[in-house]
Amino acid sequence: MATITLKVNRQAHTLECASTTLLVDALREQLRLTGTHVGCDTSQCGACTVHVNGASIKSCTMLALEADGAEITTIEGLAQGGELHPMQAAFKEHHGLQCGFCTPGMIMSATDLCRRTPDPSEHEVRHWLEGNLCRCTGYHNIVKSVRAGAAGMRGGK
Amino acid sequence: MVTDGVGASIKRKEDRRFLLGKGNYTDDITLPNQAYAVFVRSMYAHAKITAIDTAAAKAAPGVIGVLTGEDVAADGLGGLPCGWLVKNKDGSNMVEPPHPALAHGKVRHVGDPVVMVIATSRAAAHAAAGLVDVSYDALPAVGLLADAVKPGAPVVWDEAAGNICYDWHIGDPATTDAGFAKAAHVVELDLTNSRVAPNAMEPRAANGHYDAANDHYTLYTTSQNPHLIRLLMAAFTLHVPEHKLRIVAPDVGGGFGSKIFHYAEELLTVWASRKVGRPVKWTSDRSEAFHSDAHGRDHISHAALALDASGKFLGLRVKTLANMGAYLSTFASAVPTYLYATLLSGPYDFPAIYAEVKAIFTNTVAVDAYRGAGRPEATYLLERLVDKAARDLKIDPIELRRKNLIRTDQFPYQTQVALQYDIGDYQSTLDLALAANDHAGYGKRKAASAANGKLRGWGMSTYIEACGIAPSALAGALGARAGLYEAGTVRVHPTGSVTVFTGTHSHGQGHETTFAQLVAEKLGVSTDNVEIVHGDTDRISFGMGTYGSRSAAVGGSAIVKALDKVIDKGKKIAAHLLEASVGDIEFKDGTYRVAGTDRVKAFGEIAFAAYVPHNYPIDTVEPGLEEQAYYDPKNFTFPGGTHLVEVEIDPDTGVVEVVDVTISDDVGVIINPMIVDGQAHGGLAQGIGQALYEEVRYDAEGQLTNGSFMDYCMPRAADLPNFKVGNHVTACTHNPIGVKGVGEVGAIGVPPAVINAVLDALAPLGVHDISMPATPEKVWRAIQAAKSTKTNQTKRGA
Repeated sequence: MATITLKVNRQAHTLECASTTLLVDALREQLRLTGTHVGCDTSQCGACTVHVNGASIKSCTMLALEADGAEITTIEGLAQGGELHPMQAAFKEHHGLQCGFCTPGMIMSATDLCRRTPDPSEHEVRHWLEGNLCRCTGYHNIVKSVRAGAAGMRGGK
Repeated sequence: MVTDGVGASIKRKEDRRFLLGKGNYTDDITLPNQAYAVFVRSMYAHAKITAIDTAAAKAAPGVIGVLTGEDVAADGLGGLPCGWLVKNKDGSNMVEPPHPALAHGKVRHVGDPVVMVIATSRAAAHAAAGLVDVSYDALPAVGLLADAVKPGAPVVWDEAAGNICYDWHIGDPATTDAGFAKAAHVVELDLTNSRVAPNAMEPRAANGHYDAANDHYTLYTTSQNPHLIRLLMAAFTLHVPEHKLRIVAPDVGGGFGSKIFHYAEELLTVWASRKVGRPVKWTSDRSEAFHSDAHGRDHISHAALALDASGKFLGLRVKTLANMGAYLSTFASAVPTYLYATLLSGPYDFPAIYAEVKAIFTNTVAVDAYRGAGRPEATYLLERLVDKAARDLKIDPIELRRKNLIRTDQFPYQTQVALQYDIGDYQSTLDLALAANDHAGYGKRKAASAANGKLRGWGMSTYIEACGIAPSALAGALGARAGLYEAGTVRVHPTGSVTVFTGTHSHGQGHETTFAQLVAEKLGVSTDNVEIVHGDTDRISFGMGTYGSRSAAVGGSAIVKALDKVIDKGKKIAAHLLEASVGDIEFKDGTYRVAGTDRVKAFGEIAFAAYVPHNYPIDTVEPGLEEQAYYDPKNFTFPGGTHLVEVEIDPDTGVVEVVDVTISDDVGVIINPMIVDGQAHGGLAQGIGQALYEEVRYDAEGQLTNGSFMDYCMPRAADLPNFKVGNHVTACTHNPIGVKGVGEVGAIGVPPAVINAVLDALAPLGVHDISMPATPEKVWRAIQAAKSTKTNQTKRGA
């Protein structure tokens, strides 16, 4: 076991982790941040996507020990002051979610896309999201939501 | 007047918790003193278990229990039942082999659970599972449907000779023979319907908790139908009465059929909790899901269509082999019979149909209902066959369909395969789809594709499905072992807000919104003041759950029936308060009114009076305002429509790109257009997935060769186009809302349209058949084979 300190959703935590503990398990099991989901065991589905030091990563591909000293944002940390983040609001507005299971990963991935590419084309959105699987929506409304969310983020809303 | 009733695209009430990461899925629930289970599963497709050594696992750190099939048998747990008895042609019963929760004596597919290891942490359970030593004697196994029916094939069950579960038929062979006898043309087709994995994004999970102090069991599970699970556990597997057993299906991350069935892990976590004295949670890995969730489809069929000289259909003959897997899952036997063969008339006027279905055991995981369940298989067969007829007879595929579609003046239409369609308008959905697709401009688009070196193809399907499962008496006559009605309770609170309890379950469909819209429409209460409760057998009196696009048609109708009772009771209270006779009270837009006067009481005032009955007709009307209704549908509902697909194929690589999907569906009255469109999108993605990308592959010996998301090709965002979705409404004639159902239309209608488009593109090259999935490799090989055939013919000709 090793001790790590990290900031999750702007709050500092000290955790005791085994060398094999994945970041996603530390978040879900130790910090009880269950909004980050696990949909596969081969790093394909993207349901576990979080931000580490501002960039989106699949938290099933990272050991908790590797996150020592990192600043992490999960889906629970995106909305501030009770207001949905523009990307969350866009997913609601455009019906970008059905069962909700892939949604946290989709949104964390999409916000990183828009940080890098503030006005992504449909083509860019579809290719950026190739690491995030959704079984409900056929992606049609997710793509619409991400582009609308990008506009919302540009508008600083 | 409310603005959020039926027909409004209001935003979903359930979204906020999901968007904030505050959904509550089964694996999110961790109980005090939680223990964790991991299963040791068979690596053999068929083997005798000769010994199980659990000593090392039992001694491993954190382990609190190791359980085997012998423990299951010793405690008298029942086997997992099949819910539908199908009879053979000769009237005898299907073969119904035992299905123990943990394998006992033999394993029959890779992934068959053998040992359950329970520990204080998931990691400890995983580590200990690796220490369990199971000795096997391998037996010959059969992994493929086509092999299982060959003489001398390995036998999955001794009691099922030839691996036949049942040999069933429907329709009239004599009239069908007569139709074929007078045919000008007979078109025949052999085809497979590929095996696919439902793959809801949330893996299955179960968390069982036995409370010894109260002798009470609770199970949190990823289920589409918690009451059905309670019924099966109480009556068949756990053997405890319903009042001692609570099933909670909290937020569920997609189901698509795969979470209907009663799975071993549901029983075992609850039972193990009793044995170890702690709650026991199991969560499937994705690879484990491929080996233990029921798969879908997997048919091999031969079909023949008889036509007269003008192209009018005279008869249809179908022979189908349907893979059941090794064990009969909950609804497995019903899928290739009552959900498949009964749909073989499609939207067409067929004077004669005869279909024979053999269900076959193989050494593979169970095959059961997956989005559409039987109806996609029927539609795929029929629409491939009709397209082949059009091509062979050189008739425009649109015109051939037009000639045979059931006309609006033919409803109600009795098919030759048991169903009676109440209403539809197939010509209109076809016209709408063609217009939205700009079919007239197709030639230009094809030329543009050709200029880019691409082969463009255009394909269609006209389809029908049966939803709103099901009239109980009819289902019972066909072998169902349950009623298929639905329950709804409407509780009006003293201040006029409303809680609705429904026996259906929402796992992405948006019931918390659409059912609230039903309340808004009927009572004039804003959806903000309505809460929908589902998924908990302790809160909801009863229900049969969500599958077969039944939630709105059956569950919604139960709610509407309960709402009518609320309104009627309110009339009695209003009559008293307004000093009028009940017959003079009318209710509209949330207001009770003495007809033709301005004497009114708001709905909220009546609710308050019901709970504060100071001035009240107490001698004849009970206080309170809560009503329950059970609704048993009079018939299935019959959505239908036209799906059009355009593809572009790169002849050098075989890559197929879907460049246009235009559909026009008649799903009945639409409660929330935004949600209905979303349901269509999702079904289309799964249908295109089956047509082009997805396939579960077993080898001949029953090893699953692509059991992960690394190997099984799930459709991704860049693989799919935007969808053009349109609707034409004919209201269902026999339910109070007029709804039909939309959850499955995409998965049913689009696969044949995709393959027909692929074949349209490849026809000029001489390719006349291709099976699902039309992968780049398969397409490329088909092109090469056609080229070499042409070259050989040319050589021979020279």
